[in-house]
Amino acid sequence: MSEPLLDVRNLSVTFHTARGPVQAVKNVSWSINKGEVLAILGESGSGKSVSASAVMDLIDCPPGEITSGEIYYRGKDLLTMDRLERRHINGKKIAMIFQDPLSHLNPVYKVGWQIEETMVIHGTARAEARTATIALLDRVGIPEPAQAAQKYPHQFSGGQRQRLMIAMALALRPDVLIADEPTTALDVTVQAQILALLEELQRETGMALLIITHDLGVVAEIADRVVVMNAGEIVEQGTAAEVYANPQHAYTKRLIGAAPGKGAIHDNPLGTEPVLRLENVSKNYAAFQALKGVDLVLHEGETLAIVGESGSGKSTTARLLLQLEAASGGRAIYQGRDLFTLSPKELYKMRRDIQMVFQDPTQSLNPRMTVYQLISEAWQIHPDILPRAQWRDRVALLLEQVGLTAEHMHRHPHQFSGGQRQRIAIARALALEPRIIVCDEAVSALDVQVQAQVIELLDRLKDEFGLSYIFIAHDLPVVRDFADRVVVMQAGRIVEQGTTRQIFEAPREAYTQGLLAASLDPDPQIQARRREARLAQETV
Amino acid sequence: MQKFLARRAVSSAISLVLLVIAVFFLSRLTGDPTDLYLPVDASAEARENFRQIHGLNDPLYVQFGHYMLDLVQLDFGDSIRRARPALEVVTEAFVWTLQLAAITMVGVTFAAIVLGSLAAFRVGGLFDRVATFFSLIGASAPDFWIAIVAIVVFAVGFGWLPTSGTGTVWHWILPVSVLFIRPFGLILQVVRGSMITALSSAYVKTARAKGVAPRATIFVHALRNAMLPVITVIGDQAAGMLNGAVVVETIFGFPGVGKLMIDSILQRDFAVVLASIMVTAFAIFLMNILIDLAYGALDPRIRY
Amino acid sequence: MTMAEQRILSPAKPEAGRLRTALKLLWADKPATVAAVFLLVIVLCAVFGPMLLEQVSSRQNLRGRNAPPFDLAKGWLLILGGDQLGRPLLARIVVAASNTMAIAAGAVLASMLIGSALGLCAGYSRGRAGDLIPRLADVIMSFPSLLLAVIVLYMLEPSVGNIILVLAITRIPVYLRTTRAEVLEVRERMFVQAALVMGASTPRIIFRHIMPMILPTILTIATLDFAFVMLAESSLSFLGIGIQPPEVTWGLMVAQGRPYLTTAWWLSFWPGLVIILTTLSLNLLSNWMRIALDPTQRWRLEMGGRKNV
Repeated sequence: MSEPLLDVRNLSVTFHTARGPVQAVKNVSWSINKGEVLAILGESGSGKSVSASAVMDLIDCPPGEITSGEIYYRGKDLLTMDRLERRHINGKKIAMIFQDPLSHLNPVYKVGWQIEETMVIHGTARAEARTATIALLDRVGIPEPAQAAQKYPHQFSGGQRQRLMIAMALALRPDVLIADEPTTALDVTVQAQILALLEELQRETGMALLIITHDLGVVAEIADRVVVMNAGEIVEQGTAAEVYANPQHAYTKRLIGAAPGKGAIHDNPLGTEPVLRLENVSKNYAAFQALKGVDLVLHEGETLAIVGESGSGKSTTARLLLQLEAASGGRAIYQGRDLFTLSPKELYKMRRDIQMVFQDPTQSLNPRMTVYQLISEAWQIHPDILPRAQWRDRVALLLEQVGLTAEHMHRHPHQFSGGQRQRIAIARALALEPRIIVCDEAVSALDVQVQAQVIELLDRLKDEFGLSYIFIAHDLPVVRDFADRVVVMQAGRIVEQGTTRQIFEAPREAYTQGLLAASLDPDPQIQARRREARLAQETV
Repeated sequence: MQKFLARRAVSSAISLVLLVIAVFFLSRLTGDPTDLYLPVDASAEARENFRQIHGLNDPLYVQFGHYMLDLVQLDFGDSIRRARPALEVVTEAFVWTLQLAAITMVGVTFAAIVLGSLAAFRVGGLFDRVATFFSLIGASAPDFWIAIVAIVVFAVGFGWLPTSGTGTVWHWILPVSVLFIRPFGLILQVVRGSMITALSSAYVKTARAKGVAPRATIFVHALRNAMLPVITVIGDQAAGMLNGAVVVETIFGFPGVGKLMIDSILQRDFAVVLASIMVTAFAIFLMNILIDLAYGALDPRIRY
Repeated sequence: MTMAEQRILSPAKPEAGRLRTALKLLWADKPATVAAVFLLVIVLCAVFGPMLLEQVSSRQNLRGRNAPPFDLAKGWLLILGGDQLGRPLLARIVVAASNTMAIAAGAVLASMLIGSALGLCAGYSRGRAGDLIPRLADVIMSFPSLLLAVIVLYMLEPSVGNIILVLAITRIPVYLRTTRAEVLEVRERMFVQAALVMGASTPRIIFRHIMPMILPTILTIATLDFAFVMLAESSLSFLGIGIQPPEVTWGLMVAQGRPYLTTAWWLSFWPGLVIILTTLSLNLLSNWMRIALDPTQRWRLEMGGRKNV
């Protein structure tokens, strides 16, 4: 085999932090050949992006320090090159796209100018760059490319912005494209389109594509080879199919085992006692109709999932239900009363019964309060639940019930990991002894393994405490493993609802079918079959 | 845009009317100009005559009514002291202030932006430390003290520059330099802070990944994003200067509007006080409009 | 990898005493440490100075008229020289600290309390108050503050109380606007929503959840504003419309020394220098606070001297 295009050898990077140096990656080696798609797979904190940042000279020193290693690009070590020489490689030979294209595009310049700039700084004439930009925009599927070039980033949708980033990165036909979590914040259907675009462009140009991701599905869809990282080290590498089918390292096995969407579908006998009923609920923001008449029923002891893409109105439904916003119309019947018309005093009483677990526990826990204060605040607000003398014991008990220990009581949220924080948030919700818990994307921000643990916890608590859940999510495999019934929403309306088995195995509506088709399976073979089917469909 | 301008004009007009009312009545509480302008032994008749001429005999609200009626016809009244139309007196002084403010602010803006950006590029580096230190001293310096120390050193000690007055280019150097110091310190701090944020943003990372040179990264990609808070401070500082740099104008005997305003209050020359308030308020209104336009020009997400 | 993630990797330490942590963070920023010590000295002067040196500072001494500084022959009190009446400058500066600090502290405290209370109302209420209160700030801002001060002090007696009043009014908008902007932002944070979902009352949300988040910002601004108010008071006194003799502030001392500039520069120089050093210290301290109280910036201090590895 000839010399690899990009070859990282024994790279170690240390970040100097307040609590001493932290080794972000240790002796990491990987390489990528022309025309190849390599994925670096890892959870948050695994150091999966660090080597790519080193390649692009994006590590700030200080606080970062590259303590050992070489990065060879076409046989020359990037790390010993001078700054100017590296700048000529960046963008021209090796390009990069990022997660969250909105913040990665400069908000105050026209997108056309930003794409042109890549070409102009590497020596293309301005006029030529302008024509090329419009062709590029057309190629990545931006409609009306000439007009689009005159617009600003905020005037595009999330998926379009990632297309703009891709156009910018591919302007000079680089040898290597590094994509750092390129589809993470996008809806499933958009994710599928972006991945398809990347695959297509990779085939067309023959470039090497390095994808950094936490998502086994993305690896399965696009990668030839995969490097698995954990805690700054490479634990395993091989072809994507091989690693999935026959993982060698214990960590990889755990990771694959935790992938959602593979467990048994809940076939619980359906509850018949409705605890909560929404009737024709609507919400308008000025002229915009966020919810257009939603009817749904939550049964006793049930997990009802509400799924949909961004803008479907699923989170609005939750916010109305919890009276964080006032509904524009309709009723929400709980214990024979309409929640939307309760007096403040009645509302205060009702709050005990309906609690919420938010998406990001980093933000939903007050950073200045200790765990004890966070949980016991519930009883400060509702003093009749528990006499003060028992607070300490109850906090300890609740912490144990969510899988933490009593010693954790006096720490602050920032001293916990993401998964632990979400457990604290769940304990806080339980403190009020509610009947219904609304989980708004409660596991979306967590790593797969932690996600699986939290789901398991929620499932167990449901039986222990006799809860009913409204589980709002965009991630279909998680819903498949957890929900009893599923409601599919689109553009403020419910398009389909049914048992989990009905929705996942025999979806009736085209929209639901599309969602399911776009969601990625962690198994490369399944993805390969789907891809073939899709390509066959396209050529027909 | 027109709607926005109209709304701004209305709200500024309301503030201005309130201001005029407040100053009109408050300033008359400071005393009767008759005592100040006529000799102590002036006859009662002479006093009566003086009051009659300047319309000081009517009840206050009638005086106010007359004043407002004249004002609607753009008659700002006459200066008692100078026996000339108040507006003329004020405009003369204001032109001096405007020149002083414009020269100083252009210099300050340019220097603070360039130096602040460079300081932000290497936070904690030698240049950053030196720039931060001097900007802090600048922001901390009482201008009257700097002015008199400067006079002692440069005018009296070395005899290089004139101590006060106007006339030659040399007369401008000390007032401009003294006025320069505080806004320079303040704006540099804001530029630095804002640029640190902008330089650590995601789009700067993209620019680096594209291979953009450091200078273009700072001055093309980051600076324009960092400018909004900077413009706000520039506006505040400029407004302060348009209101008249009283201390500097007093020390350097500079015939600006700030000195005129204070003198006129002390001299109970009410028409001049009110006219200068309105002229400066109008200038500040125009400047604020310019600043809003600058916001819109710098950031396409802002629309009026 | 972000800083936040690294923090999780490192084992959690038990919380050290707050004061000790604060002192450690202060020690990490040497200029701020010096500033804090200097300010402490000034505060001590302000509190105990009048008691100890009142007599000495007002005793006239014809032999010490405009005595030059650094001349120990006339006693250590005249180390900085004597003023036009032969009173020792050092003692006068120490005594003047009291008025200067009292005015600045009073004005800052009053404007901070009123301004942030109004800002809280404006930010939290979704009704008319939310629209009207910011207008008030606009109106105050549109008044030329020095002019307002001149008129008011000309009408009323220029006592300490009135000067505080005038300065406080002109500074209210600063706190009002900042607090309002911060409240508008914090109000939408998830943990405030979480408290709402639990049924927390408005006072609880404001005092337990919102106030602790915006207090650091307000304190930082107040520190900076203290310097501003001091300069404003000095300017007023310098122009002769602030505090009147025999009361004394640093600004007034500079003004009183002005006629003797060419013959006895030290009369104006020393009080001016003290003003500069005090405002500089306040600026340094405020800069330090901005970093120390911001969890996302604090690492800069915690890294201490190791920042240039």
